[in-house]
Amino acid sequence: MDLALAPETLARWQFGITTVYHFLFVPLTISLASLTAGLQTAWVRTRNEKYLRATKFWGKLFLINIAMGVVTGIVQEFQFGMNWSDYSRFVGDVFGAPLAMEALLAFFFESTFIGLWIFGWDKLPPKLHLATIWAVAVGTVISAYFILAANSWMQHPVGYRINEESGRAELTDIVHVLTQNTAVAQFFHTITASFLTGGAFMVGIAAYHLARRRHVAVMRTSLRLGLITVVAAGLLTAFTGDRLGKIMYEQQPMKMAAAEALWETEGPAPFSLFAVGDVDEGHNTVAVEVPGVLSFLAHDNFTEPVPGINDLNEQLAEEYGPGDYRPNVPLAYWSFRWMIGFGMASTALGAAGLWLTRRTLWLSPALRTGEDEPPRLALTRERELGPALTNWYWRLALLTMLFPLIASAWGWIFTETGRQPWVVYGLLRTDAAVSPGVSQGEVITSLTVFTLVYAALAVVEARLMITYAKAGPPELTEADLNPPTRIGGHGGGQDDDADRPMAFSY
Amino acid sequence: MSLPELWFAVIAVLWIGYFFLEGFDFGVGVLSGWLARDRPERRVLINTIGPVWDGNEVWLITAAGATFAAFPDWYATLFSGFYLPLLAIVLCLILRGVAFEYRAKRADERWQRRWEHTIVGTSLLLPFLWGVAFANIVRGVPLDADHEYVGSLLDLLGPHALLGGVAAVALFTFHGAVFTALKTVGDIRVRARRAALWLGLASGALGGAFLLWTQADRGDAGSAVALAAAALALLAALAANARGREGWAFIWSGTVVVAGVAMLFLALFPDVMPSSLAEQGTLTVENAASTPYTLRIMTWCAAAATPVVVLYQAWTYWVFRKRIGTQHIAESAH
Repeated sequence: MDLALAPETLARWQFGITTVYHFLFVPLTISLASLTAGLQTAWVRTRNEKYLRATKFWGKLFLINIAMGVVTGIVQEFQFGMNWSDYSRFVGDVFGAPLAMEALLAFFFESTFIGLWIFGWDKLPPKLHLATIWAVAVGTVISAYFILAANSWMQHPVGYRINEESGRAELTDIVHVLTQNTAVAQFFHTITASFLTGGAFMVGIAAYHLARRRHVAVMRTSLRLGLITVVAAGLLTAFTGDRLGKIMYEQQPMKMAAAEALWETEGPAPFSLFAVGDVDEGHNTVAVEVPGVLSFLAHDNFTEPVPGINDLNEQLAEEYGPGDYRPNVPLAYWSFRWMIGFGMASTALGAAGLWLTRRTLWLSPALRTGEDEPPRLALTRERELGPALTNWYWRLALLTMLFPLIASAWGWIFTETGRQPWVVYGLLRTDAAVSPGVSQGEVITSLTVFTLVYAALAVVEARLMITYAKAGPPELTEADLNPPTRIGGHGGGQDDDADRPMAFSY
Repeated sequence: MSLPELWFAVIAVLWIGYFFLEGFDFGVGVLSGWLARDRPERRVLINTIGPVWDGNEVWLITAAGATFAAFPDWYATLFSGFYLPLLAIVLCLILRGVAFEYRAKRADERWQRRWEHTIVGTSLLLPFLWGVAFANIVRGVPLDADHEYVGSLLDLLGPHALLGGVAAVALFTFHGAVFTALKTVGDIRVRARRAALWLGLASGALGGAFLLWTQADRGDAGSAVALAAAALALLAALAANARGREGWAFIWSGTVVVAGVAMLFLALFPDVMPSSLAEQGTLTVENAASTPYTLRIMTWCAAAATPVVVLYQAWTYWVFRKRIGTQHIAESAH
């Protein structure tokens, strides 16, 4: 089948769809693993039952989520070879190493210990069982590091040489690949954004229950943990994002100029709040700007010039030969704004919540609440929000609980499309990376199948999530409160409880 | 042994590990369709592999990742050339994983039934597809001078490949039946043992025919030894099974898988993707390998990590060593 499409277009759509979809599950997996582990640690240390109920509740949602993350991750590993075989041949010597390390050092760890955690409640003593969820949490973070180091090499290749004979990249310095500033900045930005995602998720669901005065003890604790996570992670995401942005101004100035729709070099450069432009003519027709701020974002001062798209395009053409080196400017401009906007909105809502639900600070004793009643949202020392506004806060928290996920999706769309026309910046163009032997028909088949299966699974997953989120934390059983004292279960090998049902079974 | 040869061996070991471990969980998946008589029995079978199937699957992820790192050309040619079979494999892996995790998440009868069918179907299709893929890898496929696959889907479905697929289904179902007998109590254990006998004989016929065909085609002395080892191990497994020595039967059925897969890799060596067209299309251990620097780094990583992985995975099996029966499955476990 032959279409009037560039060969890479369909492969890019497939990569975009499967990757954004996969990444819907990744941030929640990373953050909920640690947050659940934290709650279980509180249970083991204090023996306060609300922590165990919280652990079981959030752990369940975590498992529904990670199942999708794991299976959609397989596609990611396979499609480099399937759709991008020339890419794989070109970069394999460099890019394959962090991928293999990720499998060997992180995936085994995560996948083995998640099985122990799920089925281990009546098989492992409490502290050992707690260690298994921490192992999962550590595994998710290690995994993120390797895959982001691999992606960073595409953004900013280092530690390699080009073999003149084969025309391929060859690894010369693995330490440089794993520790370059792009990798470190991307890692911290992604991890903090993941915790912002998990925090907002917790806050949203806790708010839903607190507004209905249900499961108050567990949800109060969850709300607080969520709010603190949102605010801390939100601020750190902004900070790490600023660092990453400055690195990108050095390494991929075109991406950042496109993010601002800054057509001509300006100094001091303004930050654009809103713009409508003409891509063919290379200028904006409408622009609302704050003077000097872009210079600050790029260089930490308000006057230094920032290069514009048109100048950069000429420079790149001189360096790499004639051609158009501009990414999709409107997409870069808007995705950058949606990323920041959704992330900031979530952080602001968290900060407001943290203030409103404070327990003692500048709060009249009359407004303080006990463990088993929902917090009263206190604006000032003596004044609380009225019932209508209180309800609105809970509702907003629920409505915005997925904002950081939207922000993450736009962030990836921004950084990946903003690098175009390169797949490996400065080394390999995207149109030279696709599989030459794979037909358009085959790519259409897989694109269609993945889209349909992913859509169906999204419905299944979302329904399960909603069901379990609404159901609230489970009641504890006798078995929950009497964990085994030795490995393998209560009686060890003895017969007295050989027929005891498993604490968890599929 | 040169570094590329060492990495050929490492990748063979990863695939052997994958098929040894996921092999029995494919088998258990298939058996949950016809050996189990009712829902509690189906759940017993599914729960024998519940805590471990995910960890087993990582052997595949690692094999693919290691191929990408150590033999980029092998990875690129194989994954782009076998496009549609690999698409089917990925879809099966997705649905199978979700089926295990989501089946018990709702009490609804139809919901559970649907996921149970998914487990059986994907557990049948996956070994078949892997059998087809490996038969084609070893026997050779049309690759042009740039190592690009130039055949069609039909070229991958020749008689040798189809036999490989069926043989893999038989062997892994046998391995799964032996595992079931080892891990369960009650009536189902007895039935698993009986099924293992017939499945073992079927594996012998189909697997034997497939490996002998492969041996005649590309075999050497090393692969002949592995073939003989697989045959002897199968006899030992059947004997142990007949005498009710389930632990030994499992060790021997595992040895059949190990020797059988090793036989394929020995027959393949020193090529990694032989071309059925002109010689220069063939990818070999030498011309597909990464640079010595990359291979050295990967060697250090693998040497440090693999023993630890094997230790904690083995520990998992020890933690869940108890046999299970219908009495261990709680009525409503969500």
